[in-house]
Amino acid sequence: MSDSSTATAARVEARLEGDCLHVAVGGQWRITRNRPAWADVLAARTPARVRLEPAADLAAWDSSLVLFADEARRWCEGHDAYCDLTALPPAVTQLVTQIAGAQVGNVPPPRAAPNLLAWLGGLATDAWRRTHNNTEFVGECALGVLFVLRHPRKFRWRDCLGEMQQCGAKALPIVGLISFLVGVTLAYTGALVLRQVGGDIWLADLIGLAMVREMAAVMTAVVLAGRTGAAFAATLGNMKAGEEIDAFVTLGIRPVVFLVLPRVVALGLMTPLLALYANALGMIGGLVVAKQVLSIQPSAYWVEMLANVSLSDIATGMIKAVAFGLIVGLAGCLRGLQAERSAAGVGRAATSAVVTALLLLVVADAVFAVLFHILGL
Amino acid sequence: MDSPKIIPAIEVAGLECGYGGAPVLKNVSFQVRRGEIFFVIGGSGCGKSTLLRHLVGLNEVTAGTVSFFGEPFTTADAEQRRVLLRTFGVLYQGGALWTSLTLRENIALPLEEYTPLARVEREEIVALKLAQVGLTGYGDYYPAEISGGMKKRAALARALALDPAIVFFDEPSAGLDPVTSRHLDDLIRHIRDTLGTTCVIVSHELASIYAIADRLIMLDKTAQGIIAEGVPRELARSTRDERVRDFLGRPENQP
Repeated sequence: MSDSSTATAARVEARLEGDCLHVAVGGQWRITRNRPAWADVLAARTPARVRLEPAADLAAWDSSLVLFADEARRWCEGHDAYCDLTALPPAVTQLVTQIAGAQVGNVPPPRAAPNLLAWLGGLATDAWRRTHNNTEFVGECALGVLFVLRHPRKFRWRDCLGEMQQCGAKALPIVGLISFLVGVTLAYTGALVLRQVGGDIWLADLIGLAMVREMAAVMTAVVLAGRTGAAFAATLGNMKAGEEIDAFVTLGIRPVVFLVLPRVVALGLMTPLLALYANALGMIGGLVVAKQVLSIQPSAYWVEMLANVSLSDIATGMIKAVAFGLIVGLAGCLRGLQAERSAAGVGRAATSAVVTALLLLVVADAVFAVLFHILGL
Repeated sequence: MDSPKIIPAIEVAGLECGYGGAPVLKNVSFQVRRGEIFFVIGGSGCGKSTLLRHLVGLNEVTAGTVSFFGEPFTTADAEQRRVLLRTFGVLYQGGALWTSLTLRENIALPLEEYTPLARVEREEIVALKLAQVGLTGYGDYYPAEISGGMKKRAALARALALDPAIVFFDEPSAGLDPVTSRHLDDLIRHIRDTLGTTCVIVSHELASIYAIADRLIMLDKTAQGIIAEGVPRELARSTRDERVRDFLGRPENQP
């Protein structure tokens, strides 16, 4: 099947002898080039027999000739004509037989048409399975905590410290930048209204309370969900794909104690610290705008803020930050351990970890809002 | 009077297993004798790895029982199961070494978890295990820094850390060149000969089967179970089953 640029293109000569159409195929048959159409060869004739023959100049052929021969075969089948391919190279005849076989036999049964009931049933069993898996994970974590409380030496402090460095110290620049900008944005938005009523100085209270009670914890958790939660899911998903998790299970070591708890504890400890840092950076952001746009003196800003932001406000933010950290850590580890054993599964686990964490963060934030309102905090 | 019955290392009876949908294997029963190198063979997709995952408890069986040295494993409660888990080690296909730990830490971890050994003693055991698999001096390497064959050997050292009575191997030759694969076979035989470890090997590597297998079972996808059991060469000679003959090769073609 050699190729040469000088060879002629695929060509067909048809001649009718009695009721038999002799079709001579010649030239170069290449799947990457156009081939003669069977309908043109027939030219509205309806022979009772068709015989394909190689012309003297049939140079090289590939699937293109096979497709042409198959087209002829199918036409003959549909028109009760006899198709003779025996004169063609044996390999062509063999491939045409294979195409015919692939079309009729040995194919899996067609997929069942989508059925509403089956679809609903599938959704229900899927939801049940997910709930079961999630509950099992939470239960295992609870048992893991009990186990670690009984055997404190089994807790992987070294891994936990490593994770604390990863999710804490190394997140300082991004958390700092985002908090500063949140402070700036809040200040500009607040200034729009406060200026109208001559209450410029209240900007300090607005920024202080918003950062301390809400924004610092939420923004830190959002950054950690994208940065650390996704990393947890990817790491654990990768370990699952590499059978490392199985290796723990068959050694009787709880993967939750070894892999999940150090990560979740690290996030639970680091998120409030990062949130405190975010508070400071957010306030500085607000202070810069207050000074530049509203010409408020930093000392006045500071005194006003201290007058209205109490320790209980900071405490509510810290409580939230701890909860958010645990949520991000648990969501990341859960999705990682549930990942499918493939590269694509690891990617999906990382995405799912972020989405789960963000969803749970918003829900938890709303629950905290109601709870703190009831408690008068 | 009957001689006292020798309890097999592994006894599988009426095992049915799969992944939720239709079962992959049905009514699988076989025994593995102590100190035997036992192969589970079969074509791709016949359920070899599925059988292994169910034997070691990574997936729950749908029916039937698995016992190790007469102790039921599949029906055991969590605590009994944890005890039984220590009777065997598993060498996974890719080694499954914990990538964040060095080889030394990988081998030491099971020792830390399950033995009262002092640190110095643990280090000695780690050095011994590394020597047994020919990796002396590689203790401080991370899994990513060594070759595929070395990973398999390091994983074997970890599987042997607690001196298990049984070691399961999932496709030990997969991804290895013939020479490395032969070295691994020699190592498996050496470990069986010196430590008396029962080895259960899931593989389709004909050379390994003829080189080290004492007995084997062959699984088949269509039959969803065992279609042959016996000593490799005898089986290849005596079987009338075309599938077994095709797999094991005609006697004249055997290595």
